Amino acid sequence: MSKEWPLWEVFVRAKNGLAHKHAGSVHAADARMALEAARDTYTRRMEGISLWVVPSASITASDPGEAAALFEPALDKVYRHPTFYTIPEGVKNI
Amino acid sequence: MYTTELSDKGKVRAAQAVAEDPERLAHFDARVAADDFIEPKDWMPEAYRKTLIRQISQHAHSEIVGMLPEGNWITRAPTLRRKAVLLAKVQDEGGHGLYLYSAAETLGTSRDEMVEALHSGRAKYSTIFNYPTLTWADIGAIGWLVDGAAIMNQVPLQRTSYGPYARAMVRICKEESFHQRQGFEIMTVMAGGSAAQKRMAQDALNRWWWPSLMMFGPPDDNSPNSAQSMRWRIKRESNDEIRQRFIDATVPQAEAIGLEIPDAALKWNEARGAYDFGEIDWEEFYAVVRGEGPLAKERMAARVSAWEDGAWVREAALAHAAKHDARMAAQ
Repeated sequence: MSKEWPLWEVFVRAKNGLAHKHAGSVHAADARMALEAARDTYTRRMEGISLWVVPSASITASDPGEAAALFEPALDKVYRHPTFYTIPEGVKNI
Repeated sequence: MYTTELSDKGKVRAAQAVAEDPERLAHFDARVAADDFIEPKDWMPEAYRKTLIRQISQHAHSEIVGMLPEGNWITRAPTLRRKAVLLAKVQDEGGHGLYLYSAAETLGTSRDEMVEALHSGRAKYSTIFNYPTLTWADIGAIGWLVDGAAIMNQVPLQRTSYGPYARAMVRICKEESFHQRQGFEIMTVMAGGSAAQKRMAQDALNRWWWPSLMMFGPPDDNSPNSAQSMRWRIKRESNDEIRQRFIDATVPQAEAIGLEIPDAALKWNEARGAYDFGEIDWEEFYAVVRGEGPLAKERMAARVSAWEDGAWVREAALAHAAKHDARMAAQ
């Protein structure tokens, strides 16, 4: 019986100083092969200088059905933004 | 919030004595000199790693300890609006501490090690948080001056040579501006209020002004690790340069709301295009660094008891997770 290779999520760092960014995924038998497949699939045109591969099964994602409960409370907290505060006219550097 | 690097003199030099491959060192130095970012898996000199661990963890500790003087006023904020704002600000400081602890962990230290270093007194945090918050106006003064000083310090750190630290600073700087503005708003309202309110605002400015200037660290000619940190581009501007910029930005803000900076020697110097200012009491600064600040013991006692009283929660969460895993495995 054939067994499908596990899925790996691929993250690419475009250059030093930037965070790794999710690029896509690959199937591979192990981490080493996943890195090689990611290199061939996602960095053929100098898209990156560093790769992370993470077993897709290790990622826990938030439930879209819970998005409102998770993220909407931030909507009515406008006081977290600097523009909420009145600064007297003429005051600079603040 | 922020801390300048507060190390015991000589430690960095000792670490540098470790022999390192000259070729790798030259390559590293060239990359840093060319403003390249260093990332966690890149080779780096041990002294660079140690300096960063110390600075980033001190910075993280400062965010966490910095929650205490302000947290002290959450239940006593004068209005619901002020309470919601102060809660959000203190929550941000906790978040800033977490970004920074995570950045330090990429260098091979652990959260437990850092917490232990803080609680045992080995690790330093910003001297500013060992001063008391006596009145509501102090919350205004902290946002305006302490967070204002932090912004001045942190903006250049967005280009610090270590990638994870730089990225944490980008997030933090984005969030910091609200902190300063809410503080200045408190000061503006109080300075324009009753005579008693204005006196409270002035009193808070009097008490926080000099400790805020000390936040930038010792003067350049007495800052032993600065030169190396500048060469490594960990630090990108000197203590005195940033201090001067803070003073030049803040004095007109005080004038605009009718408060007076408590420095008789403060005077605009046309030739320099900057304010001249009085002597900073460095003896006081070094005493606070040594742990003799007015509230140093209370701050640490509060941190240690929060950690110890919370131990059962950390243990219960792990026990719950282990039980859940065992059940899943059995199915």
